[in-house]
Amino acid sequence: MKIAIPVDNNSMDSSVCISFGRAPYLLIYDTETEGSNFLDNSAAASQGGAGIKAAQNIVDSGAEAIITPRCGENAAEVLKAAEIKLYKNTNNSIRDNIESFKEGKLSLLDDIHPGFHQHGGK
Amino acid sequence: MKIAVLSGKGGTGKTLVSVNLAAVALDSVYIDCDVEEPNGHLFFQPKDLQKERVTVKLPQADPELCTGCRTCVNFCKFNALAYIKNKLIVFNEVCHSCGGCLLFCPQKAISEKEREIGLIQSGISGNVRVVSGMMNIGEVSGVPIIKKLLQDSRKENKNVFLDCPPGSACMVMESIKDADYCILVAEPTVFGVHNLEMVYELVRIFQKPFGVVLNKCLEEENPAEDFCLQNQITILEKIPFDLELGTMHSNGQIAVRKHPKYKELFLNLLKTVSKEARHETASDT
Repeated sequence: MKIAIPVDNNSMDSSVCISFGRAPYLLIYDTETEGSNFLDNSAAASQGGAGIKAAQNIVDSGAEAIITPRCGENAAEVLKAAEIKLYKNTNNSIRDNIESFKEGKLSLLDDIHPGFHQHGGK
Repeated sequence: MKIAVLSGKGGTGKTLVSVNLAAVALDSVYIDCDVEEPNGHLFFQPKDLQKERVTVKLPQADPELCTGCRTCVNFCKFNALAYIKNKLIVFNEVCHSCGGCLLFCPQKAISEKEREIGLIQSGISGNVRVVSGMMNIGEVSGVPIIKKLLQDSRKENKNVFLDCPPGSACMVMESIKDADYCILVAEPTVFGVHNLEMVYELVRIFQKPFGVVLNKCLEEENPAEDFCLQNQITILEKIPFDLELGTMHSNGQIAVRKHPKYKELFLNLLKTVSKEARHETASDT
């Protein structure tokens, strides 16, 4: 199963990015093959609607779940339509979160925020 | 002549200035561009009201024709479109109604539907035609309503007074685009200077001729006045902090229609603005 994580750098030693839509990279991790692929998040530089585009990128990657600190309404709508599950990360370490996910320790992200829309900075 | 009245925040006196200027002019049009909370009509109580709906166009895809090529999704700079599970999702609040998706769709699968976002109400109050843009609750942007307001006002050959929304964001930019002259209203506080700086920067970017009206002036120190003097900004008028004026305004009365003292004050302001605006136009040529 493929899972997606917004991350700060294209390395497994990087940290989970605080932003979903404007994360510089999206890690697509395959829990079966343990392969990792870092997508350049083309949404990061968007004038608006970054969450929508990032969500579309994740859907297109074939991921079935996402680990993220937070998610805006519009992105959540895209992910819901694609039946992708959202999980909340426990800390900033990519590896820790993947381990927790595999062990079923992550809880679902139920706190969907209305989006920053240029008011919350990047 | 089209005069826009703006300020960096609400409650500074835009409506006081624009309503009274329109009322004191011989034959004028007052346009309330503060579409989120238009209140100019409360002063004018216009008669013979006419209402017009304002709509925006939203794309919708015909699932029979759409092949999922995503030309539209990739084209949309605002990311208002997503294509998920063989279906196009449109985000109404993100869409700017540019119509590009419709133009570029190779299958001609996209059509437009209208969505109402507000209305324009116009009426007459004595010498003033009063036009107000009113945005529906929950809408994210009033720009399309302001565009429509200004489009209609282009036909006017009378003096037009634009009561702008507060701040210096998109809706204010849209409001001042066409203006021949901008009046910046400022309060005599440090916070007032901060707000003044925002609109000062805006009118300079737009290269609009402008001047400042200092509102609520007391005998004491006036940081907004100091700011104008330091930056060589024209001070058009100083409106005193005056309980009588404040009371009239908060009761929804138009000062120039009630009291000769204020009629004189705003007539003077109108003269100064007309002179300044003409001077600016002349120096441009």
